[in-house]
Amino acid sequence: MNTPAKPQLIVIGNGMVGHHLVEQLVEQGATERYTVIVFGEERHLAYDRVHLSEYFSGRDADSLALSTADYYAENGIELRLHEAVTAIDREAGEIVTPKGRYPYARLVLATGSYPFVPPIPGNERDGCLVYRTLEDLDAIREAAESASTGVVVGGGLLGLEAANALRGLNLDTAVVEFAPRLMPMQVDSEGGELLREKIEALGVQVLTGRATQEIVDGERSRHRMVFQDDKVLETDLIVFSAGIRPRDELARDCGLEIGERGGVVIDDNCLTSDPAILAVGEVALWNNSIFGLVAPGYQMAKAAASTLLEGGTAFAGADMSTKLKLMGVDVGSIGDAHGDRTPGARMFRFLDPLKQQYRKLVVSSDGKRLVGAMLVGDNSYYDTLLQYYANRIELPEDPAALILPAGSEAAPALGPDALPATAMICSCHNVTKADVCATIDGGAVDLGAVKGETKASTGCGGCAALLKTLVDHELESRGVEVDKSICEHFHYTRQELYDIVRVEGIKTFSELMEKHGNPETHKLGCDICKPAVASILASCFNEPITDAAHIPLQDTNDTFMANMQKNGTYSVVPRIAGGEITPDKLVVLGQVAQKYNLYTKVTGGQRIDLFGARLEDLPAIWGELIEAGFETGHAYGKSLRTVKSCVGSTWCRYGVQDSVGMAIRLENRYKGLRAPHKIKFGVSGCTRECAEAQSKDIGVIATENGWNLYVSGNGGMRPRHAELFATDLSDEELFRYIDRFLMFYIRTADRLQRTSVWRENLEGGLDYLKEVILEDSLGIGEELERQMQAVVDTYVCEWSNAISDPEKLKRFRSFVNDARPDPDIIYTTERGQLRPA
Amino acid sequence: MSSAIAAKTMTQTWQTVCTRADLVPYSGVAAWVETPEGPAQVAIFYLPGHAQELYAIDHHDPFSKANVIARGIVGDLKGQPVVASPIYKQHFRLEDGQCLEDESVQLRAWKVSFKGDEVWIEA
Repeated sequence: MNTPAKPQLIVIGNGMVGHHLVEQLVEQGATERYTVIVFGEERHLAYDRVHLSEYFSGRDADSLALSTADYYAENGIELRLHEAVTAIDREAGEIVTPKGRYPYARLVLATGSYPFVPPIPGNERDGCLVYRTLEDLDAIREAAESASTGVVVGGGLLGLEAANALRGLNLDTAVVEFAPRLMPMQVDSEGGELLREKIEALGVQVLTGRATQEIVDGERSRHRMVFQDDKVLETDLIVFSAGIRPRDELARDCGLEIGERGGVVIDDNCLTSDPAILAVGEVALWNNSIFGLVAPGYQMAKAAASTLLEGGTAFAGADMSTKLKLMGVDVGSIGDAHGDRTPGARMFRFLDPLKQQYRKLVVSSDGKRLVGAMLVGDNSYYDTLLQYYANRIELPEDPAALILPAGSEAAPALGPDALPATAMICSCHNVTKADVCATIDGGAVDLGAVKGETKASTGCGGCAALLKTLVDHELESRGVEVDKSICEHFHYTRQELYDIVRVEGIKTFSELMEKHGNPETHKLGCDICKPAVASILASCFNEPITDAAHIPLQDTNDTFMANMQKNGTYSVVPRIAGGEITPDKLVVLGQVAQKYNLYTKVTGGQRIDLFGARLEDLPAIWGELIEAGFETGHAYGKSLRTVKSCVGSTWCRYGVQDSVGMAIRLENRYKGLRAPHKIKFGVSGCTRECAEAQSKDIGVIATENGWNLYVSGNGGMRPRHAELFATDLSDEELFRYIDRFLMFYIRTADRLQRTSVWRENLEGGLDYLKEVILEDSLGIGEELERQMQAVVDTYVCEWSNAISDPEKLKRFRSFVNDARPDPDIIYTTERGQLRPA
Repeated sequence: MSSAIAAKTMTQTWQTVCTRADLVPYSGVAAWVETPEGPAQVAIFYLPGHAQELYAIDHHDPFSKANVIARGIVGDLKGQPVVASPIYKQHFRLEDGQCLEDESVQLRAWKVSFKGDEVWIEA
């Protein structure tokens, strides 16, 4: 029997706010109530428009993306990108696209805005562009290739962003603004003047009070802009950034109520004049205002999601306070910064023409409340002022102290203590001080955990410093000493211990304990620090782990070089490099398993696992395996496990490189390498990716021209796709970068931290990692390669080493005073093999 | 390999189980002892240079029900020498076998000492 179909919820628009709405829907459980379909006009999934200019300074579309197609798929949301909605048929309850009609029960407009292009004759000429989408940026980049000069029409926030982008493309850049100053919305004439000086000092020409009359052919450049006073400016490229207009045409055409100057009218619940239809973001007009910032859009998204469910969260307007860094120049604006909406407001001003700083306070007529503020040149005052404003905290007796330079009569910054519980910390995600405190009371012990739980500071990031201060303060006030010691025996992190071992050349645990251990313990170590130090020593010096000095440090698996199972027996996994094995060796595995009565199973890493080996049988089993040419597989170690491969170009019709050959070379190079955690590789011979390399710590995928390298993937409990790290590498480059990557991981990761989690916690992220590994920004590339080569050169099979040493073999006795086997190990049979009873 | 020489009486007696050379410094080995109730498996830990050099507790791990305690990592926690079970990692105090994670669980602790190079246990 079919379950009744859920009503269909359609979201038109997949920009920042449209995507945030989807997240809110998922979070609030709307996917259980509705079938959700999202339409996006652009090819790209929602991306970060706030940081769009970074597209020219190295970030690509992927790194700007706010989500992944997987996220949508996992939550059962159909995402239809590159499919523009052309009409809304309210009578039929359907939307129309070039591909068909789709019925809706509820509809949300998140169509955003478009850049306003002033109606200037000539504005349609080639090389006259706008700055809004990734495609716009691609067009600007292409046009800039044949240009030497560029002009931005519009000196507001987005205009200056665009000017910075043109500058980044090495164009001689000018900004033309119709108003008498730059950023007329945010700053007054004094602030505007200072801003002009600072921006001109960067080599950008600033023309204010200019209205462009027409654009015609230039004499020296492609275009000539003619201004109202007949002055002219020649340029090869023009970018219009003169404000935004709501994308309300769909709503207009279907008869929804539209504001006088555009925008779909919504109420506090984000409902339009048709209660089946909602609108959020820059297309929505609330209380006669369009909100052109991301934070209010996110708040609308939250309210809209709530309206679609039980209701309860309304949109109550939003604060338009903002701080930005434009071309390296700080600009901040809080509340009624001009003081023209507050009767009787009084102003305080501070201007330092040498340091080029300007600050203004707008104070209520009784002098008690801050109603607005303006900053140019130094935003360090912003956080404190915003808290005074947003939380209506009573001003100090002399408010001017709040904008005086630090060190003078300045008032101390408002500490986290002074903030009321309702103080808004992150306006993008609507997180208050009380929310942060609740998370900490609920067990969050560091900044990362608070960010993870509340999402604070993951929107525009403007509150990062404030959030950190608050979290540190709250942790301290709860007596949490943020202690990163590995355990009670060493007051160091794993990374610090690694550096000590490396720098001082310490080769044993006892020497490390003697020199750096906590004297207030028995100096025996514990099951945390001993295996961690054993791993560090092995990564640095690669002495056999069964040497007398190292044996007490090892986990039981490393001690006996096999994997302990729940009944105290062990499993044995010989190395089968790349998953390639000869029939002869395959026969030997079967014979050994028969002889020692072992359960056999093929592993996920293309090897064969022999289970149920008794401790005292391990040396004999290995004697036979080594005799047949096997070596240890390190399945028991925090070390390289396997390099999984597909069959590649030698057999496969589609393969473009010899993936098996490469997998074997990789496995033989890195086998025995001990690391903070286990490491898995995969090598695929073509983009069909049959080896699933993108779920591995190191993934290698063949291309026509060489190899693409992926890093930090993971399967397991929290799967993570590996990230593309470098493309079309030669064999030599591939080995070099993997050498560096793994050694850098070994040097800096925490104990038991896989490469995926390490990478996620790495400050600076993938870009930083690329700089270190590919561009050698720290100058340690050769050192890392040398350290890896030392490990490779000192490899010996641990089992070969152990069985040739009678002293080491003594360790494999089940009982030191009797050869009797452990009578408590009892088996039964299942599907023709034995298993623990 | 020496066999356990047990005095078959109903009272506890000291018996020799192995020699110093059979022990692994800062780690454990397992041995059989004969008790009035029958044979038992004991884990013997050797901490050369420490105030008490020898400890012996049950080899049987009550959490996993496997005989593996001698194969755990030896260490000290909050001032007390302990061994961590190699299977589910609970800590047992070497002194008296008390489990630090679960008050209700305690392994038997056996009296153990060197007589010359021989290791003797009272069982």
